[in-house]
Amino acid sequence: MSNVFIAFQANEESRPLVEAILADNPNAQAAHSPGLVKIDAPNRLTIRRKTIEELTGKPYDLQQLHINLITLSGHIDEDDDQFSLSWKH
Amino acid sequence: MDTRVAKKKLGLKERYAAMTRGLAWETSYQSMDEVFPYDKYEGIKIHDWDKWEDPFRLTMDAYWKYQGEKEKKLYAVIEAFAQNNGQLGVTDARYINALKLFIQGVTPLEYYAHRGFSHAGRAFRGAGASVACQMQSVDELRHYQTETHAISHYNKYFNGMHHSNHWFDRVWYLSVPKSFFEDACTGGPFEFLTSVSFSFEYVLTNLLFVPFMSGAAHNGDMSTVTFGFSAQSDESRHMTLGIECIKFMLEQDPANVPIVQRWIDKWFWRGYRLLTLVAMMQDYMLPKRVMSWKEAWEMYAEEGGGALFKDLARYGIREPAGWKDACEGKDHISHQAWATFYNYNGAAPFHTWVPRDDEQAWLAEKYPETYERHYKPRWDYWREQAAAGNRFYNMTLPMLCTTCQIPMLFTEPGDATKICYRESDWRGNRYHFCSDHCKGIFDHEPEKYVQSWLPVHQIYQGHCFKPGTDPTKEGFDPLLAVLDYYELNVGRDNFDFEGSEDQKNFAAWRGEALPAGGAK
Repeated sequence: MSNVFIAFQANEESRPLVEAILADNPNAQAAHSPGLVKIDAPNRLTIRRKTIEELTGKPYDLQQLHINLITLSGHIDEDDDQFSLSWKH
Repeated sequence: MDTRVAKKKLGLKERYAAMTRGLAWETSYQSMDEVFPYDKYEGIKIHDWDKWEDPFRLTMDAYWKYQGEKEKKLYAVIEAFAQNNGQLGVTDARYINALKLFIQGVTPLEYYAHRGFSHAGRAFRGAGASVACQMQSVDELRHYQTETHAISHYNKYFNGMHHSNHWFDRVWYLSVPKSFFEDACTGGPFEFLTSVSFSFEYVLTNLLFVPFMSGAAHNGDMSTVTFGFSAQSDESRHMTLGIECIKFMLEQDPANVPIVQRWIDKWFWRGYRLLTLVAMMQDYMLPKRVMSWKEAWEMYAEEGGGALFKDLARYGIREPAGWKDACEGKDHISHQAWATFYNYNGAAPFHTWVPRDDEQAWLAEKYPETYERHYKPRWDYWREQAAAGNRFYNMTLPMLCTTCQIPMLFTEPGDATKICYRESDWRGNRYHFCSDHCKGIFDHEPEKYVQSWLPVHQIYQGHCFKPGTDPTKEGFDPLLAVLDYYELNVGRDNFDFEGSEDQKNFAAWRGEALPAGGAK
């Protein structure tokens, strides 16, 4: 099993994203460095639109994450409701 | 009265399919092979182009929307930085030298990538691949422009940035990044994607744009960190393009596997060699450090890249041939590279310095196996010499590796006291290499690499003087003539940081006294 990861700029727009990821992925670990936050998770990590919307009280389009995304690893599967990274086939 | 019918919106996947796949067509009066002459000649067999998927499913409308938004945020930061004289808020004027290397050696690569993807986009007959390449081509042009714009602000205040495009084609160490991209762009379209999207962007760019940019933030350079992260967010799309391209080739035909493996071996190693510059930027050029090159290598190459190669094992792909040697190099390359630039600082348009005591302590802590044993004695000696008024500048020219074009500065695997040196004979000439892997790359395609434009050879052959230069004239100084050809401002752009105009100006602007007696 390997980790997948995703990193965002450390700012107000990413904060609910990071919170949502940590809430939805109990095995995920966030590491903060100057300007960025990187989240690692064993094998799989899922970002759910609904969780972000619940946290912010506003509609969210998952493609907005590109605005504050820095980098990632793993295979991407994306639709309107979730964005996941995994090493699964 | 008409009944209003809610229009059912397409889901992301359908929308993506509708806005990309419909863009291609079968040719009628010309054969497809004549219209697309390049995507078969490398030997890659594609049976079904529709199996290509862009994992991000970014359509043009969404692309413009989000890129536009990123651009607005980026320029807001750059403007605020300029209006606020942000250049005075960085930790130390030594830091600016990392930006000089960036505008000299990295930014022109963005432009090469733009051209390369534009060409690859035209070369693929499958619409999915073609659209992905075209978007990436636009991204890369954007990176070239935003980096140039952001760094132009520093160019108003500091030396060593005024001629970066001119230097890219001429200055010795810039032939390293230049030759990497020229090698990639003169491969076929699949090799280009393997080299740039996969080996360089997926496996290696995290090392440049993540810890180094975090380091820029740590050193007070909000302008650079913002363009860096904004660029890297595009890179993360490019990485998925790279991995998709690899998976696509491997899944289409088993005959593709050995071709792809050879490219991975070659391009991992070429990318790794190119990143030597980044290793040095991270360990020596950031006054406030976030993590060492070694730690970054472990996080992004060994862990991140390792996960990827473990995943690709199901296709019969193994880790790159140079993987083990590259992992061993994490303890050495930043020190070896910085020492080389310190030596050749007479001919390089940025400043170097001996690391200060606290920096040496940090290096010793981060590199417990190697720093004090192999590298610290050298710095101590050079510092002693500089204090005695005898700053060491190497006045001879180094031998270059024919493949990566880096001076022979790397040591043998397993023996950091011995320079690694390999050679090959081809059609009566002898060629020199820094490693088994650079030799292996040459031996597979000697017809390509015998054409390398090696700066040292060119200087010796007299090709790096301005027209009208007379080398037989009394008092002729070949180094000064070469620097004149580079259009480098001798005494301002080059030589030690200690005593430089950059150092004096920065201290004066901030109302600081210069440290007495040089670096301590």
